[in-house]
Amino acid sequence: MSRQRAAYDDVVVTVPVTVPYARYSIHGAHWFLARALAELLKRSGLGKDKLDGLCVSSFTLAPDTAVGLTQHLGLTLRWLDHIPMGGACGIVALRRAARAVQSGDAEAVACLAGDTNHTDSFRLNVATFSQFARDAVYPYGSGGPNASFAFLTDYYMRTYGATREDFGKLCVAQRANGMNFPHALMKKPLTLEEYLNARLIADPLRLFDCVMPCAGAEAFLVLRREHAEKLGLPYARILSTMERHNAFPDDPIQYRGGWALDRDELYAQAGIGPRDVDVMSSYDDYPVICMMQLEDLGFCEKGQGPDFVRRNSFTVDGTFPVNTSGGQLSLGQAGAAGGFLGLVEIIRQLIGQPLGGAVADARVGLASGFGMINYDRGLCSGAAILAGQRGPS
Amino acid sequence: MTAPLARPPRKNPVLRTRQPMLPPGNRSRVALGLTAAAARGKFELQVCRDCGTTQYPPREACHACLSQRLDWRAQGGGGELVSETMLRHSNELFYRERVPWRLGMIKLDCGPILVAHLHGDCAPAPTRVRVVANLDRAGQAALVAIPEKDTPNMADDRQLREMTCDPKFRKVLITDAKTALGQALVEAIVAAGADLVWAGYAEPWKKPPGFDRLSSLKQVSLLPLDLTNSRGVKDIAGEIGGRVDIVINTADHHRNFGIAARDGVEVARAEMDINYFGLLRLAQEFAPAMRARGADGQSSAVAWVNLLSVFALSNFPAHGTYSASKAAALSLAQCLRAELAPAGVRVINVFPGPIDDEWNQALPPPKIAPVRLAADIVEALRGGAEDVFPGDIAQDWLERWRDNPKALERELAALPR
Repeated sequence: MSRQRAAYDDVVVTVPVTVPYARYSIHGAHWFLARALAELLKRSGLGKDKLDGLCVSSFTLAPDTAVGLTQHLGLTLRWLDHIPMGGACGIVALRRAARAVQSGDAEAVACLAGDTNHTDSFRLNVATFSQFARDAVYPYGSGGPNASFAFLTDYYMRTYGATREDFGKLCVAQRANGMNFPHALMKKPLTLEEYLNARLIADPLRLFDCVMPCAGAEAFLVLRREHAEKLGLPYARILSTMERHNAFPDDPIQYRGGWALDRDELYAQAGIGPRDVDVMSSYDDYPVICMMQLEDLGFCEKGQGPDFVRRNSFTVDGTFPVNTSGGQLSLGQAGAAGGFLGLVEIIRQLIGQPLGGAVADARVGLASGFGMINYDRGLCSGAAILAGQRGPS
Repeated sequence: MTAPLARPPRKNPVLRTRQPMLPPGNRSRVALGLTAAAARGKFELQVCRDCGTTQYPPREACHACLSQRLDWRAQGGGGELVSETMLRHSNELFYRERVPWRLGMIKLDCGPILVAHLHGDCAPAPTRVRVVANLDRAGQAALVAIPEKDTPNMADDRQLREMTCDPKFRKVLITDAKTALGQALVEAIVAAGADLVWAGYAEPWKKPPGFDRLSSLKQVSLLPLDLTNSRGVKDIAGEIGGRVDIVINTADHHRNFGIAARDGVEVARAEMDINYFGLLRLAQEFAPAMRARGADGQSSAVAWVNLLSVFALSNFPAHGTYSASKAAALSLAQCLRAELAPAGVRVINVFPGPIDDEWNQALPPPKIAPVRLAADIVEALRGGAEDVFPGDIAQDWLERWRDNPKALERELAALPR
């Protein structure tokens, strides 16, 4: 019997920041992180000297870590964390920061994620991504996770009967959402025909299945409710969270993520069920993983993802709004910021400050993260259920 | 099924020769265990001595029980192709120039999951395959999933050919074609589909039996070549160096002396002059052009084969100075390997046991027949290894040497001289 985990009490999350993305940049990661932090401080009204906690995620900050960033940005802190967990870093940052604030180790924690993208940085990052990737994947030519997700997609389609049209429906809906989002790098609408006929990248994946690497940053602020109220900041409450690493290591190929292990506890702690979720952000570097998140987070049974997709619509005004900013498939993947983007969008929807389309009466949101294709599968999964100030309906 | 390879058209001399690119060659030290086995033509994985778990990718500890007592053990390679893709895009130049490229994810029967190059003749997933480890153009182990049963023209698979040194449609220089081995090798290389074989011969006044027969083969061009003559080697390289795809250095000088049984250094010097300096002269003149032609179309420069001897591993006192010259040649071959590596040209060192010829007359059998050794060399070119040990004696000595080199030294010292 595991002990009941403590609730997050009156810890809240606020000031969702997305800085404009760029396909390529001559600036370093520090530039994007600084810009996100500056906007976060400006919009929060919190003085730089009042910030006492920082949580950073970045792939391109090397040789620095979060430590170097304190001096680079002139911050004196009593709580510092660095979370190299890629697509799951936003959820994990939220969990770490929330407990720090709850325990009093920090008053206000800024969570930042950002990366630059020089013309050759994606290749270099992929070549040295992990020891297993360097030893056993990269030498085989798959420059990046394209081949890894092609394997998962091929297997998933064969096993569960998903079609290219099913994945296309998700991508087309996200692009429709992204058309209203000012920072999306993809500015043109996407039709299903264009999706289906796009250039092949790694069969069965085509161009619009794959995120585009870019530069950018995201941020949010974690503090106590009374602190947020004093600053006049609208906030979202943290109902529950989970993270799981290297789940199901005996699966011959990844067809489920760590969410499937922890979702019952996730919903139990939140005191709600999947039906109560008004808006969702799924980690979307490739649509097959979106489909798995719908299943593993309990919106449908395993293998029912394709059917769920056929029965629902995923635009901001749809029956099941997903990735309402357009997701990484519309904004681009700004390195570690891709692990924040979905969570940041959920905060915006719940506090009623969307930059694009607003989900009507969004009270409960679920953000999901997935990251680190260390070898043949993504190792990190995480999820957080947040509620707006009005709480679940 | 793989279509048989077509003879490439004549090279257009106006077009620029493509620069050789290599697949990514960085590996952790522990992963080099896979390369060490592949260099000998073996597919080995880490097996935990304590709990028996087989694992991949290579690790510093057993992922099941955390033991660090991990042994590299030979694998059967049987498994199921779980999933596959055809890569159409790559940021790495080597693959960018070669896509589409087929990859598979395989669950081995012994447990681990592999990403591997996928042979064109493997049926779509799910299907049974077998996995082998070849050296790739970067000289590192690369796993290749091939059909469970051999298929016609299997070796002609476009991806597999990027990992082998198949003599088919290639031009081959055999430096000494006069010996029994040299003659057998010329015939075997011709039979393997080579376009052209330059059959080198020194001392033209000494014609061994059978040698004239070679000139009747239409692919064979007899070539006066004496590796002790620096100027001669340079002139020949000037003539044919830019066309040689495979060098097989069979030139060998072998006498049966240790130290005490022979006064002076003349015999030892003659051995060194062919076995060591001969290789050095040849490498200085032929390697630069081969380095430039590592990606010269379908029939690029691809391999350099050295006829060494298993005596190179540990001195065989009955053939003491010869052993020393072969050890020197081995060391130089390692240097040559490093220098040819950037071009993806493989240096294959052949370490035969005693060949059944006049200079091993006094040694008891088993001795390797020249025809068998020639076949093994062709097989090495068609495979993915870089160190081959043909013959029962070579295999026996290699096993002893790998097990305990000092014990082998004592065993060889105890043999009758």
